[in-house]
Amino acid sequence: MITSPFLTKPTPLQVVMTKVLLALLPGIAVYVYVFGAGILIQLLLATLTALGVEAACLKLRNFPIKPFITDGSAIVTAWLLALSLPPLAPWWMIVLATAIAIGLAKHLYGGLGQNTFNPAMVGFAVLMVSFPAQMSRWAAPQAELDALAQLTYIFTGHLAVPFDAIASATPLDTVKTTILQHGGIGELFAAPLFQAGQFGAGWLPGMMGWIALAYLAGGVYLFASKIIPWQTPLSFLVSLAALAGALHLVDPARFTSPLFHLFSGAAMLGAFFIITDPVSGPTTPRGRLIYGALIGVLVYVIRVFGGYPDGVAFAVLIMNLAAPFIDQYTQPKVFGRKGKAA
Amino acid sequence: MSARPIYKFNGGVHPPEHKRESSGTPIVAGPLPAQLVLPLRQSIGNAAKPLVAVGERVLKGQLIAAADGSVSAALHAPTSGTVTAIEGRLVAHPSGLAEACIVIASDGRDEWEARTRFDWRAAYDAGNGRAIRDYLRDMGVVGLGGAVFPSHLKLAGRDALDTLIINGAECEPYITCDDRLMRERAADLVAGIRIVRQLLNAREVLIGIEDNKPEAVAALHAAIDGADIEVVVVPTLYPSGGAKQLIKLLTNIEVPSGVRSTDLGVQCFNVATVYTIYRALEHAEPVISRIVTLTGNVARPGNVEALIGTPLSDLMAFAGEQTGTREHIYGGPMMGFALPGLNAGLSKAGNCVIATAPADFPDKGREMPCIRCGECASACPAELQPMDLYWFSRSREFGRAQERNLFDCIECGACAYVCPSSIQLVDYYRFAKSEIWAAEASKKAADKARERHEFKQFREEREKREKAERLAARQAAAAKPATTADAAAAADDAETKAAKIKAAMARAAERKAAGETGDTQATDAMDAEKRAKIAAAMEKAAARKAHLESLQGGEAPVAEAVDEAKAEKIRAAMEAAAQRKAARDAAKADTPAQAGETDVAPAAMDDAKAAKIRAAMEAAAQRKAHRESLQAAAPVAEAAPAASALDPEKAERIRAAMQKRDEEKARLAAMSSEERAALDAERQARIDAARVRAAAKKESEQ
Repeated sequence: MITSPFLTKPTPLQVVMTKVLLALLPGIAVYVYVFGAGILIQLLLATLTALGVEAACLKLRNFPIKPFITDGSAIVTAWLLALSLPPLAPWWMIVLATAIAIGLAKHLYGGLGQNTFNPAMVGFAVLMVSFPAQMSRWAAPQAELDALAQLTYIFTGHLAVPFDAIASATPLDTVKTTILQHGGIGELFAAPLFQAGQFGAGWLPGMMGWIALAYLAGGVYLFASKIIPWQTPLSFLVSLAALAGALHLVDPARFTSPLFHLFSGAAMLGAFFIITDPVSGPTTPRGRLIYGALIGVLVYVIRVFGGYPDGVAFAVLIMNLAAPFIDQYTQPKVFGRKGKAA
Repeated sequence: MSARPIYKFNGGVHPPEHKRESSGTPIVAGPLPAQLVLPLRQSIGNAAKPLVAVGERVLKGQLIAAADGSVSAALHAPTSGTVTAIEGRLVAHPSGLAEACIVIASDGRDEWEARTRFDWRAAYDAGNGRAIRDYLRDMGVVGLGGAVFPSHLKLAGRDALDTLIINGAECEPYITCDDRLMRERAADLVAGIRIVRQLLNAREVLIGIEDNKPEAVAALHAAIDGADIEVVVVPTLYPSGGAKQLIKLLTNIEVPSGVRSTDLGVQCFNVATVYTIYRALEHAEPVISRIVTLTGNVARPGNVEALIGTPLSDLMAFAGEQTGTREHIYGGPMMGFALPGLNAGLSKAGNCVIATAPADFPDKGREMPCIRCGECASACPAELQPMDLYWFSRSREFGRAQERNLFDCIECGACAYVCPSSIQLVDYYRFAKSEIWAAEASKKAADKARERHEFKQFREEREKREKAERLAARQAAAAKPATTADAAAAADDAETKAAKIKAAMARAAERKAAGETGDTQATDAMDAEKRAKIAAAMEKAAARKAHLESLQGGEAPVAEAVDEAKAEKIRAAMEAAAQRKAARDAAKADTPAQAGETDVAPAAMDDAKAAKIRAAMEAAAQRKAHRESLQAAAPVAEAAPAASALDPEKAERIRAAMQKRDEEKARLAAMSSEERAALDAERQARIDAARVRAAAKKESEQ
């Protein structure tokens, strides 16, 4: 080494990725509490697939495998995917989605740091478009299914009771269907699905709201450790809440509250773990504000007016496309050039 | 301590300081080495010109090399001894290339030259700031913070300065030489600060010191004893010691790249530099030593006042270097470089030598792809988007890198320090900058070549035309009733003669038609036209040159150092332009006969330009004289066939004119070799300029 600087801050990529994984742990813990051990199987499947595909791609591309496979980025992608899928989805779905995310969205675009789109969201979108039925088969929170039953179901599709007996649409899905059928929400929120379980918290949209709260905690940790910037999550959440709030004020019978939107679906996971993916998002501070805000708008529009119950994946993918453009027009003024003459 | 607000600059990093190792012990005198290796280039400008010969005995403090031009500083013998060589030696530069050095074998007597104190106060009272600045230049005073910018240039203030900032921040890890200087020599330092303040007529003086040097702060407080100088403690945050960062911290003024801080009312001096200004002005001591921090893998880390030119191996031995050193860093770990060898002599820029042990400088790890996390942008004190610059530099999109203000980068290394992918970002910026400079240099060379080619074409055309005119005139003269045999110098053959005569007659008629009021005026008009053309061409060339020069200055990076060099250049160009104009006016005012002899080029003008102008003016004058003689002949031919007998006097004039022509040709030939020499000088200047820029990046570190 001949050139300065000779010193380096000991925060390598592995540390960054490890912290992201750590920040997901509270969410995973609550997830297990709400839906059972199935999610762990999904996480394991996703991790193994991601590492396998990553290694294969690196080998094909003549990249050294060890430094890249240990950077942790593939595992982050895998976990985000697993947390987005229904917990009891058949094993091949998570395997397929992860393989697409790593092989296609990441390595075909040039590997780490080069991907235009968020890999996890590409994998998710492929499943959403190709297998919409399976993607909406969620079990009800705290369904009476032990780990073994969940494992069996994921791998064989065999269940002692008909799946419909334990199935339940997600809150977002339910709201969408109800509004489509009845033109309003009505007494929907009195249903058990929308109760936040034995711990109360009436403002949380059901048990899944607890998971979202845990993600929020993880996000705060990431922000505190300076892994993620504040601009993207904040502008996203604010714009989503503002839009929801405005329309909720106009017609509360048709438009659910801002809190419902913030704590259902992938909003919290997206805010802190998905839209903060630095590779596929803008890098300028102002750009991040715009990016987050526009994702918030898109998520709301897709949720409320679109065909899908949730819109995080598509909103992120659309805005991924806009990121370079946003960067181009939000370049900050450099030191000494902030005056009018700059 | 006052409630002066401390402002903020963006980003910055907190690398481990490692200052305690070397800051605890007093400054000790360095060894008296057997041999001193003194690079002639001790400032960012031109290398000094040696004044001694091999074998000559020199005394301590004796001037051994003089400043070459304004952006340069003199060099002195650090001890008494004999000059044993003036040759290329390894110098403290990352390239590892040899550079011209004066090598002195010390005689161990350390015998001073007789010194007389310069009465700078008298010069100051007489309003002769120039004399003081020249004196400092000749005492070899340069910025000792690492940038080695000649200090006399920074003292050339035009108006009163608002704020004088004394940089004692010393933000780079490991380095403690300024800290020890402030602690131990506060009184002298304060005296120096007051001198600089007086020279610059500064309204307020602020000393900026990072809060990790409380002893230095206390020492300065004790030494100041007055309200005229304020010590301002700034938070420890690298790179607060960068001139622009410190100016921002203390005054909230952001000095943009390409602007001199003096234009914004601020000037910044490093403490060590101020100390040497004091020693030079009050004790007639040239810069022959400096305080250097020797630290890292050594038994006795500390600060040494070492003679300039002391071989670095001697210094390392002096500090007790231990085994296991991987490499030696010259300067700090954030902006310094690994030495190509320890044979090099200590330079004025050398504030620190670190012997690195692997424990303190672990391998950076494999460079991973950029994930655009933006950590670098958060750390960048210049508020750049380093990840984009990296991307553009890597893909050789240098234009876009420049658009994104690549040249505002001060190469502080904060970005590379925080990069989780361990990318040596600064290397990419250095690469892009050098590629851009190389492209600019080759463009300049191409412009030069084109200019030369165009001038050659112009000259050839002119010569052809003039030859034809001359011939025609001769023939016209010969065609006169053949009384004058000599006019028939026309050994030319009869066929062409006829044609030429026709042409000449036509031209004469034209001339007559053009000049309504008479032949004389017509000729004059033509003459003036031609002269104007030449002048225009020359002006264009000069303007192009000045423009290129200003461009080169404008795009130079970071430092004020270069800003001032640029300003200097522009000033020089403007001066030259003014002088050229004066010269042209003078030439016009002169009678044609005198114009030939007039030497109007002022001494200050740059040689190549002056030579060109002289040549062109002489040529013009001679052509005029020549035409005059022709004209004297022509009207006779045209208008007075009766008085046809061309008197011998006229014929003589024609001959004289022709002779002058030949002389002019000879002179032109000589001139072109001069031009060639001038071009070589320019090429050298370009190389020097590139060095200036390379060194300039260090300006930001103190």
